[in-house]
Amino acid sequence: MNEMDNKWIGKNTIRPDGADKVTGRAEYGADTIMPGMIWGKVLRSPYPHATIKSINTKKAEELDGVFSVATSSDCVDFPVDTPVILGIQDIRWMARNVLAKEKVLFHGHPIAAVAAMTEEIAEKACELIEVDYDVHPWAIEIDDAIKPDAPILHDFIKFDGKPSNIAGTLEHKKGNIEEGFKDADIIIEKEFETAAVHQGYLETHACLVSVSPDDRTTIWSSSQGQFMVRAMTSFITGIPQSSIRAIPAEIGGGFGGKTIVYLEPVATILSKKSGRPVKMVMTREEVMRASGPTSGSKSKVKIGAKNNGKITAAQGTFYLQAGAFPGAPIRGAAGCCLAPYDIPNAHTFGYDVVSNRSKVAAYRAPGAPIGAYAVECVLDEVAEALNMCPLEFRLKNAAKEGTKAVHGPTYPVMGYVETLEACLSHPHYKAPLKKLQGRGYASGFWFNAGGESSAQVNITEDGNVVVTTGHPDIGGSRASIANITAELLGIDVNRVSVLIGDTATIGFSNLTGGSRVLFASALVVTESTNQVIDILKDRASKIWNIDKEAIEWENGEARPAGDNAGKFKPLTLVELAEQATPTGGPIGAGHQVNTVGAEGGFATHICDVEVDIELGIARVIRYTAAQDVGKAIHPAYVEGQLQGGVVQGIGWALNEEYIYNKDGKLDNPGFLDYRIPVCSDLPMIDTILVEVPNPQHPQGVRGVGEVPIVPPLSAIANAIYDAIGTRFYSLPMSPPKVLEKISD
Amino acid sequence: MAKIQVKTKINGEKTEFLCQAYDTVLDVLRRDLNMTGTKEVCSTGDCGACSITMDGRLVCSCLVLAAETEDKNIETIEGMAKNGKFNVLQKTFLEHAALQCGICTPGMLVAAKSLLEKNINPTETEIRYWLAGNLCRCTGYDKIVKAVQAAAEEIRENA
Repeated sequence: MNEMDNKWIGKNTIRPDGADKVTGRAEYGADTIMPGMIWGKVLRSPYPHATIKSINTKKAEELDGVFSVATSSDCVDFPVDTPVILGIQDIRWMARNVLAKEKVLFHGHPIAAVAAMTEEIAEKACELIEVDYDVHPWAIEIDDAIKPDAPILHDFIKFDGKPSNIAGTLEHKKGNIEEGFKDADIIIEKEFETAAVHQGYLETHACLVSVSPDDRTTIWSSSQGQFMVRAMTSFITGIPQSSIRAIPAEIGGGFGGKTIVYLEPVATILSKKSGRPVKMVMTREEVMRASGPTSGSKSKVKIGAKNNGKITAAQGTFYLQAGAFPGAPIRGAAGCCLAPYDIPNAHTFGYDVVSNRSKVAAYRAPGAPIGAYAVECVLDEVAEALNMCPLEFRLKNAAKEGTKAVHGPTYPVMGYVETLEACLSHPHYKAPLKKLQGRGYASGFWFNAGGESSAQVNITEDGNVVVTTGHPDIGGSRASIANITAELLGIDVNRVSVLIGDTATIGFSNLTGGSRVLFASALVVTESTNQVIDILKDRASKIWNIDKEAIEWENGEARPAGDNAGKFKPLTLVELAEQATPTGGPIGAGHQVNTVGAEGGFATHICDVEVDIELGIARVIRYTAAQDVGKAIHPAYVEGQLQGGVVQGIGWALNEEYIYNKDGKLDNPGFLDYRIPVCSDLPMIDTILVEVPNPQHPQGVRGVGEVPIVPPLSAIANAIYDAIGTRFYSLPMSPPKVLEKISD
Repeated sequence: MAKIQVKTKINGEKTEFLCQAYDTVLDVLRRDLNMTGTKEVCSTGDCGACSITMDGRLVCSCLVLAAETEDKNIETIEGMAKNGKFNVLQKTFLEHAALQCGICTPGMLVAAKSLLEKNINPTETEIRYWLAGNLCRCTGYDKIVKAVQAAAEEIRENA
């Protein structure tokens, strides 16, 4: 299909779920009720680290208005020495994170839960639960967790043969690192730190669960995967997946943080024990204290280059906080950090470090911004030492089609160089700067993912279309799916309705994450729609009594082609739908597959800042993000992904941080003290959509959601250096830290 | 504790409810009146997701006690579209892709409407500062500001 002829692909159509969302009709996790519904609340640990000697729930159970109480003794028992892997999660840890078992491992760790007539009664009952603790010393920061006499969170975790808080490692090697550094004319090595930051989705975790006496379970919840909710709830409660129907609510943001469960298994147990539907809604404070932030980190990066600007060697060591249970995103840090470059000799190493913080959850390109922050800042210093433009320096070392990446693959067609060239030719690159203003550059990479997806495309009796897929839509994927379906069928986009099915109405679909949703769902929707078109041609062939092969589908109708061209009046979708019953019955098709061919995404960003040296405020005053997006099916929502990712990166760079006090408790569990960017902090965020289509995808789609959060941390740090001549090696570059550094 | 009886007006309709002294307007809207268009995100007045107007004044409904609404005129997101027609802001938000997850959208729309009732020609800076109390984590605010600008322009053209 000639791209210029596209009627819907590449157009900014109105999203199918839009009207509901601007009128307040859309139902999110906390917006539903059921007859007889009661409320659940969670009792949380007051200590960052303690053994649970006993839990007595008797007084809580006896309180008027209390229906049921849950503890880990109501969950399936997963021995600590036997991994139970589901995707990238281990159910051993998930179960213990949902309800603590042997130990509490962070302040806010759930211990028990109560279901009662009202939230107030449930809260009061939680206070009546008696827990006998044996309190232990704790470790919050990485250095405290890996020192020789550190308090050990999990006795069975061994490193170098000894109990340790280092739960795992990962490394990537290419060439000969020692030889590479020997070849270098200049070598720069620096150390970096980043604070733990929260995804900051505005909708707090919420669910409503009803379990009948025969264990048939309905879960209404907001998550990034209804099938994930079903599977994890099944594991933890022991109810088989076939008995659980998980219905996806509209999701009020996730950014990776809703790829695991917190409340659903607890509400299921409370509902099973009480016989009543149970609703649970976290407060913002609970979200901040007990749901996944992403890792804080410390890292060391060393890069060597020749005087001609060619990088000869790069080495990176990254320690990432996992929180209370193993699973820090070291793959993202160690795997993505050098991905934009063609480097002959490289070695990256990641450490997964547990400490007495809440268990980390995925956050937009998990780990990648941490790795890129260190590498891209050192690259800026190397470019400066070589007296080269930072973009030209990156261009000289850019990975291309055929480059063997440090993390393994040999790259197919990809558009990293094009993002650099787009920045070099953008007016922003040459725009003048005033005093105390500076410009910084950085690039970034994210793997992107494929995985399991299912779709069903049905033609309604009146000749319109209903498409059902299995992925919660966070950022406008339904709009893109409508565009693709309308394009393939040659009909108006408003005749296509796109829905997200629940676990009982659509085939298994892996969760919304890894920037996979449009890549994967476009594949299965395209295949299903093509099957539908084939059926429609078959129906026309029966009506006309000619070969199906002698029929083409064009512009929403079946037309006789070849020798038969012009012999019959074309049959529209509506006409074929009207004759569906006599020609063979309902018209529809579905497709389910493990999608492959998702290729990585690259971006390059330009950032201008202005530093107020009296207040220490670094303010982003102009921002341009160039990214290879493959093919923008709905450009406005692609731009939205870039803009949103950049602004989350700005928050990470300048203000956001988890602050712990001397008692091992989070001191800023709310939006007043945990400051995410607000509207008045920001300029418009300009985007350059570079389109190098993914050859392995029918529409050329590459994932776009995660790449844009990778470059901002370093782009901003590099811009601040350009503005005031001071380099920052620790995030966030918040006003107190900037002031302190300026006054040094 | 005996509940308090409150008579108020919500989106032009006379409404009566019973509440506890400590219940907020947000509690009553969402839990008792099942008006869940107004969103609960922080409950501390830091995010603006529960924005409503009370006698024309923009407030966080999580910071106003339900009992305070006696004899007041409350406007919520549910009252924004009139007679089955979108308010101009609802239309421009859709046209400009000014929402992703949509959880901040009701509060954002109520706040933006309140701005445009006072000023039909706001500068970008005025829009950004007016909406500084309404958090959005998805969009980076770019398209929200543009949607408000477009709505203001449409209002001016029709004025």
